[in-house]
Amino acid sequence: MKFTLSWLKDHLETEASLDEIVETLTMIGLEVEAVDDRAAFHPFTIAKVLSANKHPDADKLKVLLVDTGDGTPVQVVCGAPNARAGMVGAFAGPGTYVPGIDVTLSVGNIRGVDSFGMMCSERELELSEDHDGIIDLPDDAPIGTRFADYAGLNDPVIEIGITPNRPDALGVSGIAKDLAAAGLGKIKTPAVPVIEGEGPCPVSVDLSADGAADFCPAFGLRLVRNVKNGPSPKWMQQRLKAIGLRPISALVDVTNYVTFDRGRPLHVFDADKVKGNLAVRRASGDETFLALDGKEYTPSTNHFVIADDNGPESLAGIMGGEESGCSDETVNVLVESALWDPLTVARTGRDLGIITDARYRFERGVDPTFCMPGLDFGTQLILDMCGGEPTQGICEGAIPTPDLVIEFPVSETLRLTGVDVNASDSTDILQRLGFGVESAGDGLRVSVPGDRPDMHGKADIVEEIMRIRGINNIEPQPLPTLSAIGARILTTGQSRTRNTRRALAARGMSEAVCYSFIAKNHAVAFGGGQDELALSNPIAADMSDMRPSLLPSLLAAAQRNVARGTGDLALFEVSHVYHGVEPSDQSRTAAGLRRGTAQLESTGRHWSGKARDVGVFDAKEDAFAVLAACGMDPSKVQIEAGGPDWFHPGRSGTLKLGPKVVLGSFGEFHPMTLELMDVSGPLCGFEINLDALPEPRRKATRSKGALHMSPLQPVRRDLAFVLDSDADAATLLRAAHGADKKLITDVRVFDLFEGASLGENKKSLAVEVTLQPTDKSLTDEEIDAIVQKVIANVAKSTGGTLRG
Amino acid sequence: MSDIEQLEADILAQIEGAGDETALENVRVGAIGKKGALSEQMKTLGKMSAEERQVMGPLLNGLKAKVTEAIKQRQDVLKRASIETRLASEKVDVTLPVRANPLETGRIHPISQVMDEITAIFADMGFTVAEGPDIETDYYNFTALNFPEGHPAREMHDTFFFNPDENGERRVLRTHTSPVQIRTMETQKPPIRIVIPGKTYRQDSDATHSAMFHQLEGLVVDEKANIANLKWTLMEFCKAFFEVDNIDMRFRPSFFPFTEPSLEVDLQCDRSGSEVKLGEGNDWMEILGSGMVHPNVLRAGGLDPDVYQGFAWGIGIDRIAMLKYGMPDLRPFFEADQRWINHYGFRPLDMPTLFGGLST
Repeated sequence: MKFTLSWLKDHLETEASLDEIVETLTMIGLEVEAVDDRAAFHPFTIAKVLSANKHPDADKLKVLLVDTGDGTPVQVVCGAPNARAGMVGAFAGPGTYVPGIDVTLSVGNIRGVDSFGMMCSERELELSEDHDGIIDLPDDAPIGTRFADYAGLNDPVIEIGITPNRPDALGVSGIAKDLAAAGLGKIKTPAVPVIEGEGPCPVSVDLSADGAADFCPAFGLRLVRNVKNGPSPKWMQQRLKAIGLRPISALVDVTNYVTFDRGRPLHVFDADKVKGNLAVRRASGDETFLALDGKEYTPSTNHFVIADDNGPESLAGIMGGEESGCSDETVNVLVESALWDPLTVARTGRDLGIITDARYRFERGVDPTFCMPGLDFGTQLILDMCGGEPTQGICEGAIPTPDLVIEFPVSETLRLTGVDVNASDSTDILQRLGFGVESAGDGLRVSVPGDRPDMHGKADIVEEIMRIRGINNIEPQPLPTLSAIGARILTTGQSRTRNTRRALAARGMSEAVCYSFIAKNHAVAFGGGQDELALSNPIAADMSDMRPSLLPSLLAAAQRNVARGTGDLALFEVSHVYHGVEPSDQSRTAAGLRRGTAQLESTGRHWSGKARDVGVFDAKEDAFAVLAACGMDPSKVQIEAGGPDWFHPGRSGTLKLGPKVVLGSFGEFHPMTLELMDVSGPLCGFEINLDALPEPRRKATRSKGALHMSPLQPVRRDLAFVLDSDADAATLLRAAHGADKKLITDVRVFDLFEGASLGENKKSLAVEVTLQPTDKSLTDEEIDAIVQKVIANVAKSTGGTLRG
Repeated sequence: MSDIEQLEADILAQIEGAGDETALENVRVGAIGKKGALSEQMKTLGKMSAEERQVMGPLLNGLKAKVTEAIKQRQDVLKRASIETRLASEKVDVTLPVRANPLETGRIHPISQVMDEITAIFADMGFTVAEGPDIETDYYNFTALNFPEGHPAREMHDTFFFNPDENGERRVLRTHTSPVQIRTMETQKPPIRIVIPGKTYRQDSDATHSAMFHQLEGLVVDEKANIANLKWTLMEFCKAFFEVDNIDMRFRPSFFPFTEPSLEVDLQCDRSGSEVKLGEGNDWMEILGSGMVHPNVLRAGGLDPDVYQGFAWGIGIDRIAMLKYGMPDLRPFFEADQRWINHYGFRPLDMPTLFGGLST
């Protein structure tokens, strides 16, 4: 919403400065978004042409000597046909920015003659489209003074952001009312004359069609005969231009002016182009309608039009039609002031994609009590500017009477804001805002005026009192503490998220935060892409589907980084993935990938050793780190060979808890996955569903239990086994450990060898078995017996034999 | 010079002249070994007269002790020399670079870091952290929050929709974290003090808007919480978060369907340079929306608005991260550009706490 300072002062008698007004507007909830003090016009001054001689080398140019008021005449080369000695116009010196031609002037030389500025046309000052000649002012215009002051271009323009609850502030009169309530002056909005008119309005309005009466509670209409349309007066044009509207003609400008002056949209029809009577009705669905914006629309049966015998003449509450619009030739004009259902107007505007000042106001709610006064106000302006004879106004339907009364306990302000505002002050504020207030016991009975459709209950009244009394008057008060020392505030899931992030970052990985939506083919490739998870209005085609996995986002990120020259990458993300639309279908997930040589210990080439490519075991380590960070012992997790389709089938694993619970997977990516994601390897990754991890048992005690440290030395034995190449190390380790669960405290693989010497499809795994005696040293026989049992167990479960 | 003196001089000279441990051992054997020169001399003691022995005994024993000591000293010197020689040969170039420490190279995203900072602050004020789903129903995202059907305020949200299900209902990507207000009130009785950090979505994209962004919702519901408390809470939060002793804040009336009265909050800042500077200058930057929980929202949460009251706010996490840490553009937050993460990210051990300071 834009308006000028002088416009505001039509409605508000105030001594306040522009700065005070701006500050107050913001602090009462009408946030000032911009103030244009129109300083751009300041450099233009009024100057007189002393002489105008033909340019020596150009037929169409003249060399002017201009008196700018500072004593020394200035030479200006000018091409305007109307330039002549003695004329007074608007001068711009070197250094001036001229908005109409988007040029900052400098001293010029035009065909050998120096030029120290220019005499401007209206178009150059963006005052009009006129460029036939330079501005020609009356002889008495004061030479040397600011042109803007003389021409009324010094009126500051204020732009405020209007929240959807404040339709009352969509007219300058409403803004003035708020400022006056806040103590910034007195309201002096001119009263609207009541126009009786001569004779009945010859055109009637029919509201009997299906839904019309609900959509249009009241429709005011009047004919004004024998008007003379033409440009509106300069003051009106200047105001409209200042707020960014293009003056068209007096009749049209009046409707725009009343829209902004009083928040009351009007419409004018050229009565001679209206055939028969008017009716408000649903569009048929196949009628086309040429609107005033020059575009053709086909409103549906959900949309209402104002139609005559020719068909739709106006998209009710939104935009008039070209066919019945007013032109310079209009002599008889129908003036409309109607009420429309806000939701229907909003939906119609949205469906058809039309945003107009009328729609903006109607969908927020216009004051029903100003419907007929608005008609009279518009009529009066037309009579003032175009003459003519008005008929009586008709009002089809009935103006709804605002009847909302809010019982308001005065203490409510204290309850909600912490500040006590007594009954008398509350009454005063509310009355200044136009509310009716009666005393009723301990409280007030507050009648809501027609321009405040946002008022529903006590809290709304508190807001009115608070904003007018001033929010700065509310002293902050500490929130009482509930307990001296706070309890744990994070859920297990939240703690896991936090710990996982820190754990992965501590492994040298960088955290990414990627969009929750990805391309459909990527979603499909990672097990998603269901219809229910596709956005119906994605912002881009490759951001269309909720992601079933974090890996495609990370792979895409890897691709971008590689393209920028960063090939060794370790990225992770901890976020949600989506398997359906229900809250339970959303799971907290951690995923990471490593590319190139980005291992935990080393990335890139180093003098101390060869850079090794990342592989499945790097991903497995990361996955285990996540489990550990979430408080889970990774050794309790089963590893199954093979993983989801996006991994290399022989170089991936699935992490499981029991036969059913899948915690996640890890591996090197499948070449087809890399091809789809357009990224090259080596690339490995993992993904863990943090929500699948069991909630840790909360023990009653925090005690870690007693520690028994054996005084006896552990004994270690190395054993190498030859096994089939597809035998599991995990099985071997479990078998070895199972030989004596008490004495064997550790079994670790320290060598893996595959070679022809072992035979076809064989491998050798060497393990170190640690025995920890507890109460007495072990004899050689005892140790030997355990070792033999280890060998037997391994042979039984894996078929492996001791390597000779 | 007597023979003994000559012998002493010879042995000591030999010790001094021994160039390595082998030579020294030969000297030792030659002097005090079984058949060493000195040993031979000592064997003669038995044949001497008592008087003679009384003179020669101490003399020879003293010489033996002196030789033994000299050998030991020479041994130390030779050992040190040999170690020094070995060490000299083992010298390396210690200026060679070592491998990077993952604790130094790893990075936490600024959004996660800022969420941890926020958690630290609000934990201290007695808030817990709540969460809710990203995919919401129309009811939780709008209706329960007092957005009437068709109201222009709904349009201001640029909502992402899913396709309608068989009942014609469309799920949405939540446009704010406020639905969690309702979900919390449905399951938890007052007093409620929660903060809700999370992802939110709007169909909008430019330098300061992204189709996905992060919000921190706050909700306090009890029988007393009012706007004075709201102001205090947000002022304390801003001071703590931006780590300044004082910050000028402007609370001004605004409109949100789910709060009444509603307030927007601006921070004083200077935008004249390329970077926004907080706490100085003549500009204001809007950072959050807030207000008293609307009676209809309390009702939707199953609470009587004449008994319970409270306040709520929503603040852009990305936005305050940008303000605090000086990122000019929001979009790179979600691009995972390694260079950006290296520069704007945090090390894994930079843990925000109140006792250690939010940032160091």
